[in-house]
Amino acid sequence: MATKAFQKIYTKITQITKATCSLKATGVGYDELASVDGKLAQVVKIIGDEVTLQVFSGTEGIRTNAEVVFMGKAPSLNVGDQLAGRFFNAYGEPIDGGPIPDGKEVEIGGPSVNPVRRKQPSELIATGIAGIDLNNTLVTGQKIPFFADPDQPFNQVMALVALRAQSDKIVLGGMGMTNDDYLFFKNTFTNAGALDRIVSFINTTENPSVERVLIPDMALTAAEFFAVERNEKVLVLLTDMTNYADALSIVSNRMDQIPSKDSMPGSLYSDLAKIYEKAVQFPEGGSITIIAVTTLSGGDITHAVPDNTGYITEGQLYLRRDSDIGKVIVDPFRSLSRLKQLVTGTKTREDHPQVMNAAVRLYADAANAKTKMENGFDLTDYDNRTLAFAKEYSDKLLAIDVNLDTTEMLDVAWNLFSTYFSPTEVNIKQSLVDQYWKK
Amino acid sequence: MATKGIVKGIVSNLVTVEVDGPVSQNEICYILVEGVKLMAEVIKVIGAEAFVQVFESTRGMKVGNEAEFMGHMLEVTLGPGMLSRNYDGLQNDLDKMEGTFLKRGDYTYALNNEVKWQFKPLAKPGDIVSAGDWLGEVDENMQPHKIMVPFTFTGNYTVKSVVKAGEYTIIDTIAILIDSDNNEIPVNMIQKWPVKKAITCYHAKPRPYKLLETGVRTIDTVNPIVEGGTGFIPGPFGTGKTVLQHAISKQAEADIVIIAACGERANEVVEIFSEFPHLIDPHTGRKLMERTIIIANTSNMPVAAREASVYTAMTIAEYYRTMGLKVLLMADSTSRWAQALREMSNRLEELPGPDAFPMDLSAIVANFYARAGYVELKNGSTGSVTFIGTVSPAGGNLKEPVTENTKKVARCFYALEQERADRKRYPAVNPIDSYSKYLEYPEFQEYIAEHISPSWIEKVNEIKTRLLRGKEIAEQINILGDDGVPVEYHVTLWKSELIDFVILQQDAFDNIDAVTSLERQEFMLNKVVDICHSEFSFDGFLNVMDYFKRMINIFKQMNYSEYESEQFNSFNLELDELIKEKILK
Repeated sequence: MATKAFQKIYTKITQITKATCSLKATGVGYDELASVDGKLAQVVKIIGDEVTLQVFSGTEGIRTNAEVVFMGKAPSLNVGDQLAGRFFNAYGEPIDGGPIPDGKEVEIGGPSVNPVRRKQPSELIATGIAGIDLNNTLVTGQKIPFFADPDQPFNQVMALVALRAQSDKIVLGGMGMTNDDYLFFKNTFTNAGALDRIVSFINTTENPSVERVLIPDMALTAAEFFAVERNEKVLVLLTDMTNYADALSIVSNRMDQIPSKDSMPGSLYSDLAKIYEKAVQFPEGGSITIIAVTTLSGGDITHAVPDNTGYITEGQLYLRRDSDIGKVIVDPFRSLSRLKQLVTGTKTREDHPQVMNAAVRLYADAANAKTKMENGFDLTDYDNRTLAFAKEYSDKLLAIDVNLDTTEMLDVAWNLFSTYFSPTEVNIKQSLVDQYWKK
Repeated sequence: MATKGIVKGIVSNLVTVEVDGPVSQNEICYILVEGVKLMAEVIKVIGAEAFVQVFESTRGMKVGNEAEFMGHMLEVTLGPGMLSRNYDGLQNDLDKMEGTFLKRGDYTYALNNEVKWQFKPLAKPGDIVSAGDWLGEVDENMQPHKIMVPFTFTGNYTVKSVVKAGEYTIIDTIAILIDSDNNEIPVNMIQKWPVKKAITCYHAKPRPYKLLETGVRTIDTVNPIVEGGTGFIPGPFGTGKTVLQHAISKQAEADIVIIAACGERANEVVEIFSEFPHLIDPHTGRKLMERTIIIANTSNMPVAAREASVYTAMTIAEYYRTMGLKVLLMADSTSRWAQALREMSNRLEELPGPDAFPMDLSAIVANFYARAGYVELKNGSTGSVTFIGTVSPAGGNLKEPVTENTKKVARCFYALEQERADRKRYPAVNPIDSYSKYLEYPEFQEYIAEHISPSWIEKVNEIKTRLLRGKEIAEQINILGDDGVPVEYHVTLWKSELIDFVILQQDAFDNIDAVTSLERQEFMLNKVVDICHSEFSFDGFLNVMDYFKRMINIFKQMNYSEYESEQFNSFNLELDELIKEKILK
């Protein structure tokens, strides 16, 4: 970090912990950035003339006589069209060997959109994956995470969704990403010829973990530039938010805060909400859609991170390996897109909502039948038909390798209904049965 | 001389201010940061140090910044013109703010001083009046908005004069009152009230007893809420809390609906103000937005203002109640409010209670719910604030402090259940765990006997018993297998499934099924209970399932048809035919 002339240099640090250091200083603003022997830090506490700094890259090697310079500004990013196609670190510095982009300097973590200046999201995002488009339709301006175990192919599905969705820009925020995954994204986007519409902020497992707390704000500040200034449709990919939350808990622990559930900070909900709520549809046409990943430990969604996330985001997507067909499917039970009713049946064919519900209901009946079978009970004819239906439904619609448009998906579903059931068993509004039932 | 102060310490939005004079707990102050005044509230005082929570981001605040104390607590401004408005948690009019993004320190006036209102006097010279008495009324979106003696006035006053009917702005004097010391006090249409204090300008607060229709069958029929009642909806995410809340706020038979979006998603607020201006109030035929006020402190807005938002909403509700109106207040979600309290308590380094929530959480929740209620005003009219809050229990576990403390005080409990939601049985209100204490109120039973039917409560209790019995049998079948239990068990099970599918389940996204009139609910309940009382002959459990599935299908088609329409009647006939097929008696 270059220092400017006339800046006061402090050289007497009074306290050092693993993530913070304190010193006596005056005229310091809250949230302000500082450099401690060249390491970037931020003001997190001021008591009288004692200022506590959070050192992002950790305090290893910091001396009590380290040079501390306050920069008079909060963390910021130079935004401009030149961001497109570039890779940056958590501080917004290029890591692709290119030049520092020109542009307007904007503080990250800026103010919220006035709710009355938002528009109700209403534009469907087609991904071709029926487990998403049919059962959990996505809409621009939505925020939705994948809840996945670390071994599931969420990054692949996310890259697929990003490339198929008709967005103007894709902003990738990688937190604690393995270098392999980072290269996967880079190669996938390069091979698809999409690199010029992608901006990436990457913190890999090789970088200090506390730096991660800057990634989402960096990514969303870039996204806001394209959505507000250029009226573009921006898709933001954040992977993995659990690593972000872990970084937060480290910081709060070092700040002696009383932890709440699962040793997470009491402010976890607000911290996550501030990020996810940046998803927005503007009346002028620009939008920010956030697709995130929250990795679970052993599928436990009651853990504070997925739990708080679920209350903030507009739904969640689950992946599951279906042993009956040997493929990964989008789980229809726990997955949910809260905004789907804004487009299903209006932007898609009228029978969409009822077909979707009926299919999931029958799939649930199949799950019951399966339990019965596993417990050694006789199956009824209906049970057997639901089991056969479930297998085909899983293979033809839920599997992530499906690529159909929504109308085709509905036709496939009607076909399955008429193959295995009678209209009364399907429980759909009569007028729709009259029109769509395959005889 | 107003008290002034200097900033001494900053930790996130908790700021320590050294003061030069007296300050009071909960007093409002403004701190000047980079040329902008930021609002804050005193939450603790030690010696000359006042700890204040700032309602905005403290980015850039420095030790030495100046603070000015206002001598009053957080107040709302009350008067005509609040309906259809979108406020933030501190009652700033969001529509008046400029720009796409919220600017720190941008405070906007809640009312409009220029609009003229058609005023009609209600009091006359010589009347003896006290706080809350009606002096006159103006028409606000077809509601009689009473202009009242300000709630802060103590003792009795004599009306000296009231202006004659005509058009006035809210800042025009509309009456002159004389106090006991013979001072003349002019009154206009505006008054202010501190949000943390209840407005108690009423004669009595009797037990509530009048059914508040919501059009949602699992509430009205099974666990009814009353005018002035309290209820809460806990549920894990994805179980349909918001959909249920929106359904209630759209359909409830209330004069005024106030929606406090407390730390929830901004898009949900957008949904309300995009859709409500087009939706029709099923009871009056007018636009829903005309009776609605939105208090939005969405999850990305400052945390400290989140706590204020529910109090702001409640105070506005009490204001309209004192006019003799039926007010419904919905708060989504009270857990976010409790979390805001937890964040502050943590920064204050208070000793934590369970799950790190503050120790006085239960008292705070109880006091807040107690502000709802049905009241008799001094002039004999009645008004009510019905309060329904949602709770977002961490991990979906109902044994957590917010749910437990709310359960102690709310009289209706609508437990949303993950398993029901997974099976797409919406609304996912668990019929066995949920309850309405009002069903046990003799006043309520009497009211229902008179307004619906004397046998109503008995039937409601019967279907609840049947649902429980059905659940027990389902568990037995899971253990013993379909043919391990007698056929009669299957009949009992399917009768309870019939109740579930026909009465409990309701399609909130279908125009007809979404809202069910009381008359229609009575018809359906009678029909279903009659079937439950009938005996059928079956040769084997497979027939039971097939038969009841056919029956449920016809009932579903009925639920999707306009009540008493030709289509509805023909399904009804079809149903009667089906019943004849198997009925014994």
